[in-house]
Amino acid sequence: MIKPASRWPHLAVSELWHYRELLATLVWRDVVVRYKQTFLGIAWALLVPAFTAAVYVVVFGKFANFPSGGTPYVSLVIAGVLPMQYFASSLTSSSMSLAANLPLVTKVYFPRTLLPLAAVIVPLVDFIVGLPVLIGLMWRDGAWPSAPTVVFAPLFLGLAVLTALGTGLLLSAVNVRYRDVRYVIPVFLQVLPLLSGVMYAVEEIPTKWQWILAFNPMTAVIAGWRWAVLDASAPDPAQTAVGFAVGVVLFVVGLAVFRASEPRFADTI
Amino acid sequence: MPVAIDAQGLSKKYQLGEQQAAYGTLRESLSHAVKRLTRQEHPHGKDEIWALRDVSFEVPEGEVLGIIGRNGAGKSTLLKVLTRIVSPTAGRAEIRGRVASLLEVGTGFHPELTGRENIYLNGSILGMKRREIRRNLPAIAEFSGVEKFLDTPVKRYSSGMYVRLAFSVAAHLEPEILLVDEVLAVGDAEFQARCLGRMEDMGATGRTVLFVSHQMQAVSQLCDRTILLDDGQIVRDGPSEEIVAHYLQTTAGAGASRTWPDSTEAPGDDLVRLRSVRVVDEDGTTSDYADVRRSIGVELAFSVVRDGSPVLPKVKLVAGGQIVFNAMDTDPRWHEPSPPGDYVATAWIPGNLLNEGLISVDVAVCSIDSPKLHHHVSVHEALSFHVQDPAEGDSSRGTFTGQWRGVVRPLLEWTCERG
Repeated sequence: MIKPASRWPHLAVSELWHYRELLATLVWRDVVVRYKQTFLGIAWALLVPAFTAAVYVVVFGKFANFPSGGTPYVSLVIAGVLPMQYFASSLTSSSMSLAANLPLVTKVYFPRTLLPLAAVIVPLVDFIVGLPVLIGLMWRDGAWPSAPTVVFAPLFLGLAVLTALGTGLLLSAVNVRYRDVRYVIPVFLQVLPLLSGVMYAVEEIPTKWQWILAFNPMTAVIAGWRWAVLDASAPDPAQTAVGFAVGVVLFVVGLAVFRASEPRFADTI
Repeated sequence: MPVAIDAQGLSKKYQLGEQQAAYGTLRESLSHAVKRLTRQEHPHGKDEIWALRDVSFEVPEGEVLGIIGRNGAGKSTLLKVLTRIVSPTAGRAEIRGRVASLLEVGTGFHPELTGRENIYLNGSILGMKRREIRRNLPAIAEFSGVEKFLDTPVKRYSSGMYVRLAFSVAAHLEPEILLVDEVLAVGDAEFQARCLGRMEDMGATGRTVLFVSHQMQAVSQLCDRTILLDDGQIVRDGPSEEIVAHYLQTTAGAGASRTWPDSTEAPGDDLVRLRSVRVVDEDGTTSDYADVRRSIGVELAFSVVRDGSPVLPKVKLVAGGQIVFNAMDTDPRWHEPSPPGDYVATAWIPGNLLNEGLISVDVAVCSIDSPKLHHHVSVHEALSFHVQDPAEGDSSRGTFTGQWRGVVRPLLEWTCERG
């Protein structure tokens, strides 16, 4: 049934389900292609977070003496870097997903939401490959989660996925018309780790600034993730709730913008 | 008979500003429409055009329907609306059955992936299930003739191999309804014939096929029924042979040949009358398609009715709205008043000059009256033909398979020294 497109922010889950094989293929393509072109291949998924963490540890831990809130600093940083890295690559590739798959968008029909969706799934592979670094450090520091809080880890990771997807939907739609997005994202991603507590323990920030951090869902992700896997102190419930709420709002807004501009994708790209 | 495609009042409006900002093939397919409309008065205000206007038709299950019309008539837009790539501004269409669409071959092919991997990728982009692809893999590989290179990245393929593999995947789609754009203009003649055969099979096995093409012969051969579009509207709908014949005869549709049997209705004046025009290949056969590497002739048959001034034949080639060149016969014989009688003049256009795509030809018979030309006969868009590259690596595009821009495409001699 073809008619002038609906502009409501519907997700069309049944259609997405129908196209699940294509989603899997797109994810598989991106993973395979990414590592085919590189010499070190999948090892990069370990090296990038390890290197970033090393820089953070030396600069912020040793020289600037950032507060770690009682958790071993190296583990703290790695536990922050992994979700942040995931978010950064998800956001970048999902924002570029429509423009990067131009031939598909103008020549074949499939739900366009598949493209940003595939783009937030692909970095999960890197994330999983990077996990052994964290587990190794936890083993070294003996920083095992003492409580069964670890079951909440996927929940916080889920918030990172949701936030990346929401922002990705929004920016990919905007990027179709204004290619400026490509330049804005790196700037934003440079600042984001500082605002999300990647290199410090969130609860160490003065109370009067805490509310600002709450509006950043990545703060909730990182604080929650540390609590879940590292046995760090529990995140502030209100802050976490606000983080989740912002994540959901971002997702709905992103989807709404995406749906509103969807009928024009093939016309304008 | 149950209806497979039911389109009611489909309309599609484009904003002009949007189009100019658009890239690639969409821009090309529409720029013709824009240009044609800007030459006339804008029927719908200044900055919008209707690529489709109130298009309604039904396709019963199992029918092979052809859609023809000149560039910018709305064929591609119609196909894009039916395949849901763009959504209509108004109207609706219902499609009952599993649909596959083929707007180009090799959509989504990735150069880093191997042939086998690309079969999976392209197949699933075209809507095949993984299981289906696995089952068809041997057949696809065999049809393409590149079995030996299945595990080589396609970036190492020759362009011919690439196109064959891409087409083979497409040829093994098993939809109930197939929507195909002009994808047969690739590959060598033998491979094209196989692809046409494949499409005939699909029609014969009760699939519904909607086929958009410039290749009139293929349309009459494959399609039971044909729709002629012009200016976004259906102007004719009926048995293929009838519609194709009508299209070729009217000014709306230039083909590779046109004849005016009745001299009183033929273009011309009291001095010269045109009899026929056609596009011929090196063997003198009328041809819709020209191999980019070979020379092609535009033949004008005309009669000089009475003694008078010297006349000379002239052709103008237009591609994508741009004049490629004007040419006229400068032979000294045309300096003398031409004696009455029948003439057949052919302008030979050398190979490796025209770029790929649709070329339309204006023909004229003139007298020089410097600084002006006096036209005794002048037929706008008298003929059209496609220039195609068999992609065998010896044309000016070498082994490159992507889009090749330019009005002309000469095969240059290059020199290079190291030092």
